Amino acid sequence: MSIQVKNISKAFGNFIALDNVSLDFPSGELVALLGPSGCGKTTLLRVIAGMEQADSGDVLLEGEDAATTHVRERQVGFVFQHYALFRHMTVFDNVAFGLRMKPRKQRLPEDKIAKKVHDLLKLVQLDWLADRFPAQLSGGQRQRIALARALAVEPRVLLLDEPFGALDAKVRKELRRWLRKLHDELHITSIFVTHDQEEALEVADRVVLMNHGKVEQVGTPEEVYAHPATPFVYGFLGSVNLFHGRVEGESVRVGDDRLPHEASELAHGAEVTAFARPHELEIIIQSESGVGIPAKVSRIFSFGLVTRVELEGTEGAINQHFEVETTRERVTELALIEGKNVRLVPSRLRVFQNQ
Amino acid sequence: MKKSSLHHVLPGFSLSMGYTLVYLSLIVLIPLSAVLIKTAHLTWEHFLSVVTAPRVMASYKLSFGASLLAGVINSIFGFILAWVLVRYRFPGRRIVDALIDLPFALPTAVAGIALTAIYSGHGWLGQYLEPLGFKIAFAPPGILIALIFIGLPFVVRTLQPILEDLEIELEEVSASLGARRWQTFFYVIFPIILPALLTGFALAFARAVGEYGSVIFIAGNIPMVSEITPLMIISKLEQYDYEGATAIALVMLVFSFILLLAINLLQAWAAKRTGRVR
Repeated sequence: MSIQVKNISKAFGNFIALDNVSLDFPSGELVALLGPSGCGKTTLLRVIAGMEQADSGDVLLEGEDAATTHVRERQVGFVFQHYALFRHMTVFDNVAFGLRMKPRKQRLPEDKIAKKVHDLLKLVQLDWLADRFPAQLSGGQRQRIALARALAVEPRVLLLDEPFGALDAKVRKELRRWLRKLHDELHITSIFVTHDQEEALEVADRVVLMNHGKVEQVGTPEEVYAHPATPFVYGFLGSVNLFHGRVEGESVRVGDDRLPHEASELAHGAEVTAFARPHELEIIIQSESGVGIPAKVSRIFSFGLVTRVELEGTEGAINQHFEVETTRERVTELALIEGKNVRLVPSRLRVFQNQ
Repeated sequence: MKKSSLHHVLPGFSLSMGYTLVYLSLIVLIPLSAVLIKTAHLTWEHFLSVVTAPRVMASYKLSFGASLLAGVINSIFGFILAWVLVRYRFPGRRIVDALIDLPFALPTAVAGIALTAIYSGHGWLGQYLEPLGFKIAFAPPGILIALIFIGLPFVVRTLQPILEDLEIELEEVSASLGARRWQTFFYVIFPIILPALLTGFALAFARAVGEYGSVIFIAGNIPMVSEITPLMIISKLEQYDYEGATAIALVMLVFSFILLLAINLLQAWAAKRTGRVR
């Protein structure tokens, strides 16, 4: 089922959770709502589910205005971060709950319910836990049961609120791969909320980036990562090195130093914020005066394929921290040691004009 | 030190258990066993004739019947009160919250006199109710009202923390799965609060069985109609019939103990079913 939200605004007292948000969720896609905590992503999810009323704006489910549709009639499956399993019921009864609550006329006979529940438990690969109580399960198992319970009523949409937020890193990685696989089997329109950019980029068909109640960018994971539309998106989608400066011809001037920057449409003298990812910064020892930012190596981490170098700005760039990803060979070649003075030159610079 | 005690994560079992037993003996068991010893002065026939006298039998029925009914009524309305106090924010909520405890603090005689003043034939409410055929003061319904009054705080106070811990998410998820509001209440909320509700009921009931002060003023104490068992005990004492008094007390004690034990077992069973104990 497709979902559209139009001009949704919602405030809690003085805090604006959603500020005129309009979005389109096409049928069958897995979409991530990504943003820092307090950006309004969970509120948006709850508005779509009908658990929260928007102050203004419309939610259209399959083109129909859902304003007067109660949560229980919206046919949305909702999965909470902390599972919200019924602790007085067995796993089986938890999954069967939605089926048993149907009006008598629509309710399946108990043996059909049992079959359906077992099929769902097989789908989430936890058939053998049917008689356990939620307290006896691990976090990852609980979340899969919560998902099976939501799927039991054959929802038209699946809404997941930080579904892996309470799990440890390893289980989280496992479960998100599993969720992606499940979605590829079921093709049910799904929206999940997360603050973990890696999770969003890895799992979703499309990512919606939100900040301060507004949508910053919508796109496929590749699009938003490669072409971030705003400084916020750039900063949120990975580690960044940040420079404040002014455009001067073919370069950006930062204090007394100069960063090379290929042809830009920005006017001469424009105040800009420039970003470079850690792997886009080059460490050089000698330089013609003024090219690159002066910095001092503070720590070198070399495990795995990538060697990470942390640096502190010196001279004009004092109190700034930089992070560079390079190779072990390069570190050896430059004879980098902690305390060594170097210069940083970006191989690629993304420049945003200051508003 | 014995080997087994080395492996305990929580040390001090023998010390704390010993303390518990001594304390319980001093405060509860020894005084209660005095009841038993005093009663033992009676012959079996005499004992039976005392505890099964028609007036006494009528008083058991009234005492336990009214206490159970008061417990049930308190459970229902205490739940509603606790729910309102936990779930809603309204002006004066703190004051209502403090009012709940008043029956604890008030001397029971004061409560009895106040209730009598209101419900007697000339009282604020009694003057309207009595012409309609509702005789409350100096009749069993008056006893019931006094018992409800003194038992109310128990149910509210045992339920409040449980309701505060109840996650709203459970109700939201229930609604999203298509459950109506009453289904959410009966299948989700009620099973979770049931053990606490039973505890509150047991406390309110136990308090009501032992209540004397407030009931005595409003009951009218008409033989065979509105005499409660504690009153029977007191009247025996006033006649210096100590053995007779303890005999009735013993019956009351045994009966109360059986009922409370049953409620506790029920409560444990419910707690197990709600997954609180594995």
